[in-house]
Amino acid sequence: MNPIMASAPALFTIRSVDYRAISPVLIILAVALVSVFVEAFVGRSARRPVQLVLVFGAFLATFIDLITLHATRLVTAAGSVAVDGPALVMQGAIILLAALAAMLMAERMVDPSGDPFAARASSLPGSVDEAEFSARGYFQTEVWPLLLFSVAGMMLFVSANDLLLMFVALEVMSLPIYLMAGMARRRRLLSQEASLKYFLLGAFASAFFLYGMALTFGFAGSVNLGSIADAVSAKPSQSGLLLLAVAMLSIGLLFKVAAVPFHQWTPDAYQGAPTAVTALMATTVKIAAFGALMRVLYVAFGGIRWDWTPMLWIVAILTMVVGSVIAVTQSDIKRMLAYSSVAQAGFILVGVIAVSGKGLASVLFYVIAYGFATIGAFAVVSVVRDASGEATHLSKWAGLGKKSPVTGAVLSLLMLSFAGIPLTSGFIGKFAVFSAAIANGATWLVIVAVIASVVSAFFYARVIVLMFFSEPTEATASVVVPSAFTTIVIAAGATVTVVVGIAPQPLLDLVNNAGLFLR
Amino acid sequence: MNGTVALSAADLQQVTPATGIFTLIALLIALPLAGAAILLLGGRRTNRWGPYLGVLTVTGSAVLAIVMLVKLMSLPTGSRSIGQNLYQWVFAGSFKVNFAFQLDQLSIVFVLLITIVGTLIHIYSLGYMAHDVDRRKFFGYLNLFVAAMLILVLAGNYLLLYVGWEGVGLASYLLIGFWQYKPAAAAAAKKAFVINRVGDVGLSLAIMVMFVTFGTVNYSDVFGSASHASQGTLTAIGLLLLLAACGKSAQFPLQSWLLDAMEGPTPVSALIHAATMVTAGVYLIVRSNAIFDRAPWAAGMVIAIGIITMFMGAIIGSAKDDIKKSLAGSTMSQIGYMITAAGLGPIGYVFAIFHLLTHGVFKAGLFLGAGSVMHGMKDNVNMRMYGALRKVMVVTFITFGACYLSIIGIPPFSGFWSKDDIIHAAFERGTLIGVAGVLVAGITGFYMTRMVAMTFFGKARWEDDAHPHESPKVMTIPLVILGVGAVVLGMALLFWGNIKTWLEPVTGLTEAPTVIPDWAIMTISLACVLVGAAIAFVMYARRSVPTTAPRGSWLTRAAREELYGNEVNNTLVVRPSYYASRVLNWFDARAIDGFVNGLGGFTGAAGTRLRRMQTGFARSYALSMVGGAVLVILALVLVRL
Repeated sequence: MNPIMASAPALFTIRSVDYRAISPVLIILAVALVSVFVEAFVGRSARRPVQLVLVFGAFLATFIDLITLHATRLVTAAGSVAVDGPALVMQGAIILLAALAAMLMAERMVDPSGDPFAARASSLPGSVDEAEFSARGYFQTEVWPLLLFSVAGMMLFVSANDLLLMFVALEVMSLPIYLMAGMARRRRLLSQEASLKYFLLGAFASAFFLYGMALTFGFAGSVNLGSIADAVSAKPSQSGLLLLAVAMLSIGLLFKVAAVPFHQWTPDAYQGAPTAVTALMATTVKIAAFGALMRVLYVAFGGIRWDWTPMLWIVAILTMVVGSVIAVTQSDIKRMLAYSSVAQAGFILVGVIAVSGKGLASVLFYVIAYGFATIGAFAVVSVVRDASGEATHLSKWAGLGKKSPVTGAVLSLLMLSFAGIPLTSGFIGKFAVFSAAIANGATWLVIVAVIASVVSAFFYARVIVLMFFSEPTEATASVVVPSAFTTIVIAAGATVTVVVGIAPQPLLDLVNNAGLFLR
Repeated sequence: MNGTVALSAADLQQVTPATGIFTLIALLIALPLAGAAILLLGGRRTNRWGPYLGVLTVTGSAVLAIVMLVKLMSLPTGSRSIGQNLYQWVFAGSFKVNFAFQLDQLSIVFVLLITIVGTLIHIYSLGYMAHDVDRRKFFGYLNLFVAAMLILVLAGNYLLLYVGWEGVGLASYLLIGFWQYKPAAAAAAKKAFVINRVGDVGLSLAIMVMFVTFGTVNYSDVFGSASHASQGTLTAIGLLLLLAACGKSAQFPLQSWLLDAMEGPTPVSALIHAATMVTAGVYLIVRSNAIFDRAPWAAGMVIAIGIITMFMGAIIGSAKDDIKKSLAGSTMSQIGYMITAAGLGPIGYVFAIFHLLTHGVFKAGLFLGAGSVMHGMKDNVNMRMYGALRKVMVVTFITFGACYLSIIGIPPFSGFWSKDDIIHAAFERGTLIGVAGVLVAGITGFYMTRMVAMTFFGKARWEDDAHPHESPKVMTIPLVILGVGAVVLGMALLFWGNIKTWLEPVTGLTEAPTVIPDWAIMTISLACVLVGAAIAFVMYARRSVPTTAPRGSWLTRAAREELYGNEVNNTLVVRPSYYASRVLNWFDARAIDGFVNGLGGFTGAAGTRLRRMQTGFARSYALSMVGGAVLVILALVLVRL
């Protein structure tokens, strides 16, 4: 009965790899390696421009590459990489959002000291070492290779058709982010706390995933999602091992999407990390995590969906309710956005629960719409500052809309989109996931979701009220005029939110034509 | 037309594509929308001419609407439903939603009400808001409201209706909170927003259920296939739509925001919280007649809600000393009439709309009259400080008087015709419903007479520094026009406009016999009104009115407290949610306070303390993850058992 013995492969088998199909990931990885060399060999003053050219060049090249690949539907590298519609759409979204996050990371006009990242991440906060580095006006550029590696991990994560590769991708995606989260120039202790906490809990979640993978292998004799699906349909009666495997894998992935009760890292990490990194975490990682979660559940465990949908119901309801309700009492905008992102994860889970092509398409739509709105919101957060740096406490936002009407109006628009008000992308997204769920009989879940979205509208509206319906005080922060980088990000977030709200058709076509996961 | 189900003629009337003047339907909306955009985005540059532009755009829409009405009247009866498709908004597989407008007999009357009353109120605001520093923004918001309201009534499908629905909610919220330096105004705005969201839940769920049931949300397709849906589904849709209507139209149990909304400027109360937006619920129910006709249980609930609110509003209106809040109670009550009429089915739809139109005019007149009084009385709203104003504010008094006679239903004023029709239709359905209508008509006579007596009659109880004076022409001219409307509109619509046959293709119209003969119903209800009015006149015009309110009976005290609607909300909803949030928050991150406090003194020692605290929490976070893991496993295993 030992499945390993039964089908032991030859030790050395040359598998064919379709390099063309996986070239987007390869480009990013290659440039990441070059970027490491740049750190080692290029002079300090030239590093930043070289890195920026490399990073944005890599994103541009990859995005063009993805467009040329848009019709590709194949599974390659011994069945471990699926280049299918959903994967390509998500990779494209990840590249675009990562490019926007990179612009936030490259911003140098906003912080008086010139850079959002610590001069040298390894120096102790408050140490002589740190002071010296800052005094010399050094800037670090190590974030760029880290960013590229992380993005490569994300891209692989959404197209991994094999649990082992998925795990590797998960770590390649996460480790650089743990590091980047600890690199804030200001409030370094808070930032390092965030980093450490995210890392510890992330490692814990990875252990769950790994254990789930082992159990799955025990059950199916393979880590390939297609083979697991075959094993599931062949012997569904051996349920104990299988259910435990599904549970463990789901926990690992639900941690990454920040679903309740695996969400506690979110507010601390979002608050502590440099805002540009938070923007990256809140958008691209969310997309990647939902991509992987759906691929595992739909492809490998689609055969026993009736076993895991009730569990997801509970998680989705908890996530929506807890996220929305707790967000109401937050007094820090980054923490509020963190709980908002928890609540939004719950809404997206409603689409996942539909377990249908429509559900998949609606989730893709939602994460993309949400990603652009979120990155815009964090970009706005990054320019609202007072003497101590970013003014994230909500009391400092009172009357901001009167001091800076444009910034206030943009953030209001994004808040309305999060709340799902019509003519914004958030409305179409919510409508898509909710109607997909109702079409699959999850009416009660949608009722809970709509009620939770009402609660969430409350705290989104509160920010608008605070900005426009309160008088500015002494403590009110001011909006720093950023360089073109941040301006582009804010404009992109607002534009996509409005355009997709008024004319959602192109994006709907894109996600509908993406089709299903291959196996 | 046979049987009881085929009565909704909406199924029969085909939507014809727009040609000629009707290709400009979108322009109706685009004009005020452009006005709003220019005024709100243009900034201070537009301060000088902005308000006039705001008036012009709405006037333009009104003229265009009148031209369209004339054109529509020249078309044959069956082809008065015009559709204009701007573009395909959402298209996903079998699910299509167009950005499409539909102009028919029902929507054109709303368009006229919104644009004409809207124009008058814009003009009035030129005077009323003359000294407000932010008046450009005010006109921008008003334009935004008009545009959103026009989207609501011109939408050709429920999704676009929802856009307008949220849009008017947003504009209403911005305008209630317009004087945000008053904490009461900001709180009222928030309350209106939150309570309206509860109603919106109903609308969005209704739309989703429709989509799942019919595969479409277009009016014509939904109504066309309504007969194929099950009774249960239709009842569910009907109840959800009713919930939506309750939120927007301030019906029980979502009524409490309307009285607070009176914190907004008076022209806003007149336009949004009396004439147009709050009647959107009536529009929604009448528009969805094909669904309510086939869901008798839901329609019954509509009647029940209407009757409850009718009484609540009238009782609250009888006890309030604040002239605007008393009028707001009256609005609730009158909308209760309309909702009741809409619940009656094909015997009542037409009259719901008829009363809605006359009410829109005379209630706008009453509010603007109240605004004119406040303008002369240094913004004092307490009627106990008024008295004897008829001599100093003649135009206001006469126009207010015309609107007053109209609302209490004295023939031949507008309100008489429309209210009498509703009461008559109610008697057709059931004698008890009719009796409720008659009783409330009596209370209406009481509270409106009380208001007129306290304001215009009796002795002057003005504050020492009050120098009441008539308002400027720019305010009185709209008052005169609305006053004339309050006199003639009812007769004009009934005899010249033939409102019954006009609306019939959309709403259907049947008549049923009543137990009590027609003349008796009319006599009894008139008698009730006169008795109510006489009591009030004796109490408030003949006897002197104390300037501080007496304690009053338990009913008066309850009515002053708005029948404890706020307390009910607080106890049942607000406090539990607040505590739930606090408790959850405490569980979720006990560190927050320490965290925030620690941020202030962010130096070595505090940082160390913080760090120690944080690593501790990472451990407890991990513990809760384990708890979550147990939960996930249990959920999976229990399903198998």
